[in-house]
Formats: sequence, structure tokens, C-alpha cells
Amino acid sequence: MSLLDAVRLALTQIRVQKLKSFFTLLGVTIGVMFLIAVVSIVNGMSKYVEEDFAAKFLGVNTFTLRRFPNFQNGNVTEATWREWQRRPQITSEDAEAVRAALPTGTHWAIQDSRYATPSSSYRNSGPQARVSAVSADYFLIKNLDLERGRVFTEQEEQIGAPVIVLGSETAETYFPNVDPLGKDLRLEGLPFRVIGVLKKQGSTFGISLDRQAIGPFHSDLRRVTHARMGLDGVLVQGSDVGNLQDAQESTREVMRRRHHLRPSDPDNFMMETSDSALGAWQTIKQFLVIGGIVLPLIGLVVGAIVIMNIMLVAVADRTREIGIRKALGARRRDIMWQFLVESATLSVFGAILGIALGFGLSLLIKSVTPLPSSVALWSVIVSVVLGAGVGIIAGIYPASRASRLDPILALRSE
Amino acid sequence: MSPVEQDVAMSTTAERKVVTGVPGVAPSSDWVIVTRGITRDYDMGGEVVHALRGVELAVRRNEYVAIMGPSGSGKSTLMNLIGCLDTPSAGEYWLNGVLVSRMADDELARVRNREIGFVFQTFNLLPRASALHNVELPLVYAGVSSAERKERAREALTRVQLGDRMDHRPNELSGGQRQRVAIARALVNRPAILLADEPTGNLDSTTSEEIMRVFEELASSGQTVIMVTHEPDIAQHARRVVVLRDGRISSDETRETFLASLNSARA
Repeated sequence: MSLLDAVRLALTQIRVQKLKSFFTLLGVTIGVMFLIAVVSIVNGMSKYVEEDFAAKFLGVNTFTLRRFPNFQNGNVTEATWREWQRRPQITSEDAEAVRAALPTGTHWAIQDSRYATPSSSYRNSGPQARVSAVSADYFLIKNLDLERGRVFTEQEEQIGAPVIVLGSETAETYFPNVDPLGKDLRLEGLPFRVIGVLKKQGSTFGISLDRQAIGPFHSDLRRVTHARMGLDGVLVQGSDVGNLQDAQESTREVMRRRHHLRPSDPDNFMMETSDSALGAWQTIKQFLVIGGIVLPLIGLVVGAIVIMNIMLVAVADRTREIGIRKALGARRRDIMWQFLVESATLSVFGAILGIALGFGLSLLIKSVTPLPSSVALWSVIVSVVLGAGVGIIAGIYPASRASRLDPILALRSE
Repeated sequence: MSPVEQDVAMSTTAERKVVTGVPGVAPSSDWVIVTRGITRDYDMGGEVVHALRGVELAVRRNEYVAIMGPSGSGKSTLMNLIGCLDTPSAGEYWLNGVLVSRMADDELARVRNREIGFVFQTFNLLPRASALHNVELPLVYAGVSSAERKERAREALTRVQLGDRMDHRPNELSGGQRQRVAIARALVNRPAILLADEPTGNLDSTTSEEIMRVFEELASSGQTVIMVTHEPDIAQHARRVVVLRDGRISSDETRETFLASLNSARA
């Protein structure tokens, strides 16, 4: 019997017993649905983190000199945490020293951020914004594009001009229906003139990148960000990977000297790259993927058990048919094949249904939660293969029972 | 040709040589069935039942044979053996020059598919399949392509005057029509023997006569027919009547002598 004949036969069987087939499929369908949904969420987050987040938060070919990692990799022990707290602050003097030692071709920016509630003559209060006091190359390193206006110059930064560049959402919130350029935004009572508005960037993990205000490091903005207590970090961007490594080496030298570390002491500062931050994500992702596969597997195992039982019932119900087929010349392998294909077809049907529902679920999640989600092609392929596999495995025992039936006894059964 | 098919083909030629040398059997391809001392024992919970106690039967091509006997005489067992649904406990069975009594399951399935056309008392059609598909079934297992299958199935159905009922399901057909579908199915693979097991057992007498006429036509057109029945009225349609009693052949006569002894017994 050819595969086509066998599949056709299986489809007839499914059509004849629609309701029974549907219940048979339920386990596989639910398993596959969750597989598709979970994987698409993980996949969506992954795309997000790797493409958006890494570039937006960290920049390309960039490292950030910090006291301790901003993105923590897995669980941090109490001892590690205490060690981090004992570390010296990164000061603006450190930043100057690092800058002096950087190889040519690198860009450099101080960054110190804090959340604060701005106000304007149009609106007294509203959502907080991430306020950053930075040096001029910050915009370049972060690859921030302007919607309108301009960014501040190095001179403005040096003299500490009270100017500010706003994220698109902050601009809209505090200057509703007016052009914010030339207007004042107040932070802790201090006025800053708006000179530019950034292009809309969207959000990552529910954190809006458009709710921010960026001003010169040497301006009064430092009072808002409390830079005296130490900087958040120093951003360094290399022209390429080799340049970045050179920059990291010279920064390490400078910082170790400034912190009076002996050769045997470990670094008491952190140079965070997008790789090191993504490392954390990779760990999270592994857990999510394992969870996203283990849970559906339970569904598939249940599905397999159901299918096996239904197929055993089908074999018992159709004993006479098997007898007839054998009398007409069906070999063991023909009968085996027929029931395996039937079971696999049934299960693949369930998988396809599950894929459709999984798509739907993933769209639903995307629309009602901040979680990003994007269906991964591989999960669709895996689902179909799993569906067929589950069907075949679940069908082996019933099919082999069917194939071993004695034709004489089978023909006599009712 | 697959390795399996090659094997079968090779063993076929090998065994053909042997059968011509079997003493007491004419070395001719005329013999469709030759059984030599076949027995069949069943183990019924420790007690051995001897259903067949050594049956010698030879059937020529084109013969029309009825196998008769009361229930328990072993005629069903003999039919299963002739139909290659079962193998004997001892003895040899040569079908169309091939020793089939030692064959394994899958080889037997192949022989059933190629050499035997079954007609059952209860028709044994697939209830959810159309008449056409039912007739196609043996060809499916013979590996015939879909187009050729349909054509040959249509031909066979036309031959039993069911050309206009091809898309009907068994439950949409009368008993006689169902049995004719079964006959078409039995013939579609051009088998060496048509093996009928109480073919009229579930039919009224008018329909029985109709089915017997179909058998008669097939027999006159050269089809070897073996029919198992317990009804003398049905058996007398055959040209040769073999009577089984207690697992042995008790008589083997032409229709004429059978009828004569039947009449004398009635008188």
C-alpha cells in the first residue's frame, strides 16, 4: 500500500469519526499549542534583546566601565554582592584618566543617570523620565537619532550649558501640542532649555526608551543625578573589535593603577559589553526554552497515551476489517503501515491544529501583554515532526497487535 | 523487483521442479491443488483436536468442486488451508505447483493475494467503502497503480452486472448484489482458484440460484471454482462433489454419481 493510499484511508477514517478524532487529538493539539506559544514568546524576546536591547542600551562595539554589572548573570551570591558594594566608585577623575589612555579611533562618554519627575509650564507632573548627564559623544555612541532640533556641542558640555534633549514621549507629555524647542523643562526646580527631541525608539521589557531627558554632564543636571557620589559608567566605543579590545586593555591598566590593585588582586570594576550582558539573557533563555519544551512534552506524552488507547480500540473495532484485508493479501507490514499512518496522520492533524491555536495564542499574548512574541519557523517544523513522531510511537503497539491478528479469527469476529 | 519478490520467484521455480516428481501426481501444470496427507491439529486447552486426519485432494485447472460435510467434519479447516489462511500441522499442500504448506505469514499473504479469490458467507465487504473500492482492495495489496486499479475493478463489477452500482456502499445493496461485489472482488486479481465458503448461506433461495448461475458461468469460462457448503442442493451445482467426514474424505464423485446416491438416499 502506498503512502498516498494509506494517508487517504486514514483521512477517511478521521472524517468518519470526527468527534472521536477530535478528542484523540486534544493532547497533541494542546501540547503543540503551548510549544508554539512559549517558543514564540522566547523567540520574540530573544529577537528583541539581541537586536534592539543590545544596540539601544549598550551600543555596538561598546563597553561600559562600571562598578559592577548592570545586567546580572544568573544568581548573585550574598558574598559577591557584598564585594560589589565595597568596590570604590567610578569618579569623573577616573573617567578623565581612562580617556587620556584610550587609543585613537575610540569614542568616549561619561554617563550618569537617575529617574526623576520633570515639570514644565504646560504640565506640572507626570511620568518619570530617565535623566542622564552625559558628555557629547554619548549620542554618537548610542546611535541616537534626532526627530528635530540638535544635540549639544562639546563646548556646551564643557561650560555646562543648561540645555536638554528629550525622548519623544517625554516631549509629548510635557509639551502637549506645542513645539518643545526653546521651551524650558524643569528638573528638581532647575530649568533646562529643550534643544532637541529624539526619534521614537519604542520600549524594551516595558521600559520605554522614549521617556528620557539627556543633558550635558558639566551642567546642573549633575545635581539631579548626584554625580558626586560616583558615575554610573563610562562608555567607550571602539571603531572595530580589535580597537575595542585595545581600549579595554588600556582602561583595565588605568583602573587597576588608580585602584592600587596588586597583580594578584582581581579587578574591582566591570567592563560590561553587549556580549557579557547577552550572556545573562542566554542563561535566561535556556531556562525558558527548557520550560517551553518540557511543559508541551507533558501534553504530548498525554496525547500519545490517548492516541495509543484510541488506536487499540480502533484495532479491536476493526478486527473484522483487518481479517478481510489479510484474506485479500495484506501482509503484516501492510496492516502495520495502515495503522501507523493512521495514527501519525491523526497526530499530525492535531499538531497542525495546535500550530494554528499557538499562532493565535501568541498573537493574543502580543496584543494584551507587553511581552513580545514572534512565531519561530523551527518550532512549527518541530511541531509537525513531533506530531508525526508521537503518532508513530503511539501507534506502534496497536499497529503491531493489528498486524499479528490471525486472519481466521479476525474474519470470525463481529 | 524487490528482494522479497525475487526470493519468492526463485523458490517458486525451485519447487516447481520438485512437484513434478511427486509420485502419484501427474507431472503437469494442470494440477491447481495437490494435498498430500495434510492434517491439522488444534490444541484446545491441553486437549488435541484432530480437525483433519490426512486429506489427499487433487484439483485440476477448470474444475468446479464442491466440498461437503456435516459441521465438525473439518470442511472449514480444509477451506482455511486451501485458502492459505492457515498451514497444516503435517503434510504437503501444493498450490499451482508451489509448495505453500511451509510458507511464512507474509508469503502466504502474497499467495492469497495472487492465487485465491475468496467469497464468504457473510460477504465480508468493508462497510464504509464503495463497491468499487471494495473490489479494488486486492489490487491495492498487489501494488497496482490507482488508475489501473479503478479500471480493472470497473471491469470486474461490470462482469457481475453491477456496472451501475459501483459507487454504492454495501448497506445500499441487496444481499445478492453484495455477494456479486464479493465475487467481483475475488476475480479482480485473476486468481488460480475462486474459493467460496457457503456463498449462499445468507441468501434466500431465488438469490441463491442467481449466485449459482454466476458461479456456473465462471466455471464454464474456465475459472477453477471450489465451493464449501453443507447444502446438497447447492453442492449439486458443482461438477465434482467431495464429501468430508471426521477429518477425512469419505467420497469423491462426479455430479452424476453424487446426484444418484443422493436420490437413492432420499428414496
